[in-house]
Formats: sequence, C-alpha cells, structure tokens
Amino acid sequence: MTVATPPEIQSAIPRLQPSGWIRYFSFSVDHKVIGLQYLVCGFAFYLVGGALAGAIRTELASPVSDFMARDVYNQVLTLHGTVMIFLWIVPVVNGAFGNYLIPFYVGARDMAFPRLNAVAFWLIPPAGLMLITSYFLTGAAQSGWTAYPPLSITTPATGQVIWILSVLLLGGSSIFGGINFIATILKLRRPGLKLMQLPMYCWAMLGTSILVVLSTPVLAGTLVLLSFDIVAHTGFFNPGLGGNVVVYQHLFWFYSHPAVYIMVLPAFGLVSEILPVHARKPLFGYVTMVYSIMAIVGLGLIVWAHHMFTSGTPPWMRLFFTIATAFIAVPTGIKFFNWLATIWGGRITLNSAMLFSCGFIVNFVLGGITGVALAQVPFDIHVHDTYFVVAHFHYIVFGGSVFVVFASVYHWYPKFTGRMLHEGLGRLHCALTFIGFNLCFGPQHWLGLNGMPRRVAEYDPQFTLINQISSVGALLMAISTLPFLWNVVQSAISGPLAGDNPWNALTPEWLTSSPPPVENWVGEAPLVEEPYGYGVPIDQLDLAAASGRDLWSIGK
Amino acid sequence: MTSTLSQASDEASSEASGDHGQEEHGDYRMFGLATFLIADAMTFAGFFAAYLTFKAVNPLPAGAIFELELPLPILNTVLLLVSSATFHKAGQAIRQGDHGRCRRWLLISAGLGIAFLVSQMVEYFTLPFGLTDNLYASTFYAATGFHGLHVTLGALMILIVWWQARPEGGRITAEDHFPLEAAELYWHFVDGIWVVLFVILYLL
Ligand code: HEM
Ligand SMILES: [Cu+2]
Repeated sequence: MTVATPPEIQSAIPRLQPSGWIRYFSFSVDHKVIGLQYLVCGFAFYLVGGALAGAIRTELASPVSDFMARDVYNQVLTLHGTVMIFLWIVPVVNGAFGNYLIPFYVGARDMAFPRLNAVAFWLIPPAGLMLITSYFLTGAAQSGWTAYPPLSITTPATGQVIWILSVLLLGGSSIFGGINFIATILKLRRPGLKLMQLPMYCWAMLGTSILVVLSTPVLAGTLVLLSFDIVAHTGFFNPGLGGNVVVYQHLFWFYSHPAVYIMVLPAFGLVSEILPVHARKPLFGYVTMVYSIMAIVGLGLIVWAHHMFTSGTPPWMRLFFTIATAFIAVPTGIKFFNWLATIWGGRITLNSAMLFSCGFIVNFVLGGITGVALAQVPFDIHVHDTYFVVAHFHYIVFGGSVFVVFASVYHWYPKFTGRMLHEGLGRLHCALTFIGFNLCFGPQHWLGLNGMPRRVAEYDPQFTLINQISSVGALLMAISTLPFLWNVVQSAISGPLAGDNPWNALTPEWLTSSPPPVENWVGEAPLVEEPYGYGVPIDQLDLAAASGRDLWSIGK
Repeated sequence: MTSTLSQASDEASSEASGDHGQEEHGDYRMFGLATFLIADAMTFAGFFAAYLTFKAVNPLPAGAIFELELPLPILNTVLLLVSSATFHKAGQAIRQGDHGRCRRWLLISAGLGIAFLVSQMVEYFTLPFGLTDNLYASTFYAATGFHGLHVTLGALMILIVWWQARPEGGRITAEDHFPLEAAELYWHFVDGIWVVLFVILYLL
C-alpha cells in the first residue's frame, strides 16, 4: 500500500495545475509554461510598441506635426519607449528564455521558487494594461521613458502617476525574477554539475540578475520620491522648491545603465548557445566569456554618469566615467571576438536562427562603436539628445537584443512545440528585418550629427528626405512581422514534426522530448559536463551519452 | 510491476530524504530572502545617497528649519538593538524545543518594536518641521518613514510567528522553524539599517 502513495506524490503538483492550452492562462507554476507566458505576453506588447513606433515614424515623415498633436506625440513616444523596454525586451530576454531554459541548464525540474515565479509573471499583464489604458482614460505620461523632472512634474499628473505605478510593478516583477534566477543557478544545480560547466546563458543570467537585484530597487525608491513630488508637492527633484534634478538623473541612471545590460547580457548568453550548435563547433573561449560577463556586471555599475555629460557634471566626474565606460569595451570586445572565433571555420548551417545571430553580430558591433564614441565627452556634448543617440541605442536594443530574440525563437521553437518553422518564411523575415532595420536607423546617425534633436514632433525641413527614408525602413520592419506571425501560428498547427533534437544539440534542454514532459526529463536529469562538445561527424555524435565530454574527446 | 516497485522505493527514498531535503529547501529559502534583503538595502542606499548629496550641494534657504534632537532617536536605537537580542533568544529557545520561552521572547521583541514605532510617532509630532517644509525635511521623512514601514511589517511578522510557535498545532517546531528564522533575519536587517540611518540622519 505504500506502493500507491509515491506516484501520487510525484504527480501532486502537476495535478493541481490545469493541463492543455488552458494552463497558459492560469497561475501555472511550471517554469516552461511561465516561460512561454512571458514570451507570448511580451510579443503582444511588442506589437503594441511597434504600432506606436509606426505612429511616430508616420508623424516624422513630414516636418510639421500633422498626424498627431504635439502632446499626443509625447504620449506616444513615452509609451513606445516604456512598452519596448519594460514590457518586451526585459521580460522576454530574461523572463521568457530564462524561465524556460535555466532549470534545464542546471538540471532541475523547476525554478527555486515556482510560486514567486508565477507571481512575477502575473504582475506584468496588469501593469502593461494599466499603462496602455492610461492613454485612453486620462492621457498617458509625456516625459519620455526617463521621466526626468521637472518635465515629469509639470506635465499632466495622472498619466505620470499611472506610469510610475506601472513601472514599480514591473520593477517588482523583475526583482522577484532576479532573486529566483540567482537562487536557481547557485543552489539548484544537479549534483556533480560544476559552475564552470554551465551553458553560457546561465552565466549571462546570473550576471544580469545580480544587476537587477542591485539596481532596480534604486529606481523604485527614486520613483516613489518622484511621485511624492507630483502628488504631495515635496521638492526632492523640483528646483522650484529647492530640489535637485541632477540627483534624480544620477539615481535614474544608476538603474538605467545597468538596465541596458539587463536587456543585452541575456541576449549575449542566448547567441552563445545558438552559434555553436549551428556552426558545429565548441563555444570559443568559455572561461574568458565568463570573466567578461562578470567584468561587464562590475563595470556596468560604475559608468552611469556617461548619460549626464551635459548635466553640469564636474570635470573629474567626466574623466572617471569616460574611462570606466571605455573599459567596458574590453570585455565586450572579447565576447565579440569569441563569437567570431566560434563560427570561424565551422560547418555553418545558414538557417534563420543563424542568420539572425549573424545579423546581431553585425548590428551590435556598430552600436558598440557608436557607444564608445558617445562616451567621449567632447563628442557627446555635441550629439547628446540628438538622433545620433537614438540610432546608437536602437542598434543595441533592436539590432542586438531583438535580433537575438528572433534567433532564439527560430532556434527553440521546435523545443517549445515539437514542430519545425518554415525555413523560407524565416529567411524572408530575417532579410526584411535586417534591411528595414538598417534603413530605419542607419540614416539617423546622419540626422543626429547634423543636429536633429530627439523627442520632437517637428523638425527643420532640411531633414525631410532622410526622415522619409527612415520611415520607409520602419514600414519594412512592420511588414517583416507578417511572415513571422504567419509562420509561428501556421507551424504550430501543421508544421513538420521536429523530433526531439532536430539540431543535434548537446545542451540539456535537447536531451529530452520536444516538447518536454512536465518534470523535464523522464528519470534522472542528464549530467552534461561539456555542453559545447561539437566538432565530430554527425554519425559519431552520441546523443544518448549524457555527457558531452566523451564526444569532445572523439573530436580531438 | 517490478519497475513500479523500484520506482516506488525510489520515490520513497527520495521522500525519506525529503525531510533531509526540507532542510535543503529551507536553506535556499533563506538564501532567497537574503538576496531580497540586499535589494531592499539598495533602496535605502538610494535614499541615503540622495540625502547626502542634497546636504552637500543644496544649502537650505534662509529661515528654513531642519533641527533634530538626539534623546528620542537614541532611545529608539536602544529599543531596536535590544529587540534584536531578544529575538535571538527566541530563536535559541525554539531550537531547544522550549515553546513557552520562545514565545515570551517573541512577545518582548514585538513589544519593543511597537515601542519604537510609538516613540517614532512622538518624534514626528514634536519636530518643528513638516514633510513639505524643505528638502532635508522631506528626505528625512521619506527615509525614516520607509524604515518605519519595515518595522511595522516586522512587528506583524513577529506576531504571526508568535502564533505559529504555539506548542499545539503550530507550524513552527524545534526541527522546522523556517518562518521564525526568516523573520529573525529580516528583523536584524531592519535594525542594521536603522543604525546606518541613525548615523547618517542624526549624527552627520
Ligand atoms: C558597448 C557599450 C556601450 C557604450 C560604451 C554605451 C555608451 C552610451 C553613452 C555614452 C550614451 C549616452 C549618450 C547621450 O545621451 O548623449 C548611451 C546612451 C544609450 N545607450 Fe548605450 N552604450 C553601450 C551599450 C548599450 C547597450 C548594451 C544598450 C542597451 C541594451 C544601450 C542603450 C542605450 C540607451 C537606451 C541610451 C539612451 C539613453 C537616453 O535615453 O538618453 N547602450 N550609451
Ligand atoms: Cu549607459
């Protein structure tokens, strides 16, 4: 009779949870379900943010504000930035892929705190809906995603307060997620699995989560003070009442420079998983990759004032932050060359996942170069708050992170659904996105260098042609979403079956069925000591051997 | 059948080690809590950094009042430090399985926390400046208020733990006392923050 109890225990958790499609709308505690919830929810917000971007580019197709009123433009701009950062990139590169992959990578059946995990996800939809409906009910915030005072204090209060509340909720979600990732990676590893054997994405998520835990609370506290300024008429950041706006900027950027790494470090991790598989070579320079990530985390916390060179920063501060920022280029460069070395001489399959990853490498190096340029004070004081900065950070967040998100969808879709995506549509998507992206944001460098300020609905007519080119690029990007959407929906229903491991990959998430069972593996979790042991002919690749080390030595 | 059996005994052994595993479980729950407290500490760090910067670069306009007296905050510091010690005693008692003594120490700790809150209120009502009077005043109320919120939550937590530590039917036992340990860590943290706050706001 004791025989009867254990299976019951085994299935206790799954049985409390709904199954079938309904579980994706439930308070599920399964990390795979939560990961896909993050992904689909994030993508829905991406469509909203994209529509807002379309509105912005339509307005900017002509030098006068004819498509929207100026204050509407400000609201649309603020919503666009906030949605894209807090509801699309951050939740997707961290929450979606982190939740889906990290438990596999550490050999666990779930995250360390499954319920906290579900709470973290379910904070996001209400926060996002609140933010977006504020546009229709009261008018949205108008002070940009940075909410700089005094602008955020003088523009209509209701929209700004709703903005603050929603960012606080999203920040809370992010902190809960970060705590969960740190605990899972450090405490939940399967026995025998050493830190230096973890797939690179684990390291990226560990570094990112450290940044989340250290910097997000500072933003939260700052926004609470800002809301006091708006609601209770205190004067923390209100110069009219003796306050200090520059302190807001310091506190804001203490979060928001790390935030750019919160958006891009996980993407670094994801490409580091994708490249070796499709180039059939081990990830080059594993150890230097790990140290580079940790160096970026450390340096990322002490470079924030490079966003403030025009805010009356004293010379010593400019010097310090310029040098610190320049130092970040070193670990970043190491990672870049490691990726190149990984695909160098590999047997590359140029499928959609690989094409998007290569697009990422190209775009990211351009964004990185303009970043180093921006860190130089004499240059920055000329282009600060111009379209040059807009171009720079879109090369990083879109050309970098968004490209990697798409690469990851193409790479892991067979794992999520058990079916393959259509390759041709994927390549079409990639080509349209790459051309559209560069057409949209490349010319903005020129606009900025020639003095077009950012965040304006109207501009000098001499910039009309280049703005129109940029808007055409945006249109192309909008169109590029259609083959993607068709592809993911169509393939889920009738795509060819993928089998368990269509890429012959060695990382642990592929050493189980696709889609995986609720407990991730039937039986014990595999011990993967060499997750990148590629480089042997396919027929010698023994996927049944849970450890990649043997495979690696065959290759040698 | 054999496979079911072996699976069953597998499960049983993992269940048996489940007690063991519970400690492991409790272990990383404490780890998670500690991580959260680091995040929480960063919020305070932001407030303190703002306050110190304001002090350094934003002199108050003539006639603005920002004066703090020391006696009450010193009393507050003593109250909190003693409460940390009494909470520690409660933890020791539960480990020895002495529920009665544990709960007495818990009540004393909660009482000290509530005394702190009362004394803080008295200070608020006797101070010669209000929330919106000037920059330093606002920052003072924001930082101490945020800390007071933590003490309030902590006192509630102690009372909940007191209830859970009842000898019959409570979930806290000599072997499994995660809620108590968690509340204790949190309480020490809140006290530690107070000491830093005291130095920065009252002494500097
Ligand atoms: C390669 C290393 C990087 C360097 C050296 C760098 C440097 C800079 C500098 C100096 C600025 C300030 C420009 C100005 O406002 O005048 C800036 C702005 C910005 N960067 Fe980067 N950056 C780097 C990477 C990134 C990454 C990885 C992201 C995001 C994933 C990013 C996103 C942004 C954003 C959003 C802004 C604009 C902020 C605003 O609204 O003012 N950057 N960057
Ligand atoms: Cu930055």
